[in-house]
Amino acid sequence: MHHHHTTTGLDNRKVAIWAFIGSECMLFASLISTYLIYKGRSLVGPFPHEEWVNEAGRHFHAILDIPVTSASTFVLLMSSLTMVLALQAVQLRGTPLPADAGWWTRAQRSSQTWLLGTAMLGVTFLGFQAYEFTMFVHEGLTIRTNLFGSSFFTLTGFHGAHVTVGVLWLVTLLFIDRKRGLQGPADELSVDIAALYWHFVDVVWIAIFTLIYLIQ
Amino acid sequence: MAHETNQGAAKAAHVHPTGATYLKVAVILTLITIAEVWAYYIPVLVASPLFNPSLIIMSAVKFAIVVAFYMHLKYDHKLFRALFSGPLLVAFVTAMAFMFLFYKMKFWL
Repeated sequence: MHHHHTTTGLDNRKVAIWAFIGSECMLFASLISTYLIYKGRSLVGPFPHEEWVNEAGRHFHAILDIPVTSASTFVLLMSSLTMVLALQAVQLRGTPLPADAGWWTRAQRSSQTWLLGTAMLGVTFLGFQAYEFTMFVHEGLTIRTNLFGSSFFTLTGFHGAHVTVGVLWLVTLLFIDRKRGLQGPADELSVDIAALYWHFVDVVWIAIFTLIYLIQ
Repeated sequence: MAHETNQGAAKAAHVHPTGATYLKVAVILTLITIAEVWAYYIPVLVASPLFNPSLIIMSAVKFAIVVAFYMHLKYDHKLFRALFSGPLLVAFVTAMAFMFLFYKMKFWL
């Protein structure tokens, strides 16, 4: 595998992923801004943090489920840990393992374990999101119900789509790792780029969790 | 000159934290998240004018920690920092402009 020498000394693919992440920052900032602009302007419920009674006398609770979302947030944070350990495992491949290496040192070398763990945590997060969306629809909130529903489903739906892409990316890397093993600078870079994308999805959720779920 | 740049890039690419550092970062992120959720359930804190700013500060700290340590921006080439920080700054300023336009910054207070 040959290296792509550039005037900066940096690989073009890594420059590209950072430029892509920069553009994604602006995309999510626009979606979050839209949500915040519409915040508190819905004419009918259900509302995120307030109870509501409709004309027929039906009572609606505040719709956001903080304990469930806190759990999914924790899952996504831990997926960033497993992702960075997967990258480290690929980077350590080829370096000799000390004879007295403990379980943690050995575990750090297992890229397949960490990639699989990250993908599973990603799927778990998507499961939480599917549960949340289903509950919202069951409670009477859809993307067409009010301004909150429109901006909320658009924002979190876009984020969920990004997580889905990330999971597919990780599964592809896992498949390659199982087939021929991820090793060498080119494979390190491939995992590094996937990791950058995954961590970006995580930091977007850090912002969403605070701005949409916790701030009332 | 180009050779020096190449050496610098290669050096930057190989200076990464250890597994123990990654675990410590995960613990810090978890503790901050617990603090955020805990604050949400304390009515006195929610009613305080400092509630929203403190949540935003905690969120920003988490954001910065992940970017610095997990995305290795603290250790990586400065061009990557510029590629990330530039659009992030544009995004932040745009969002703030919208907040001033539509809320007169009530959102913060």
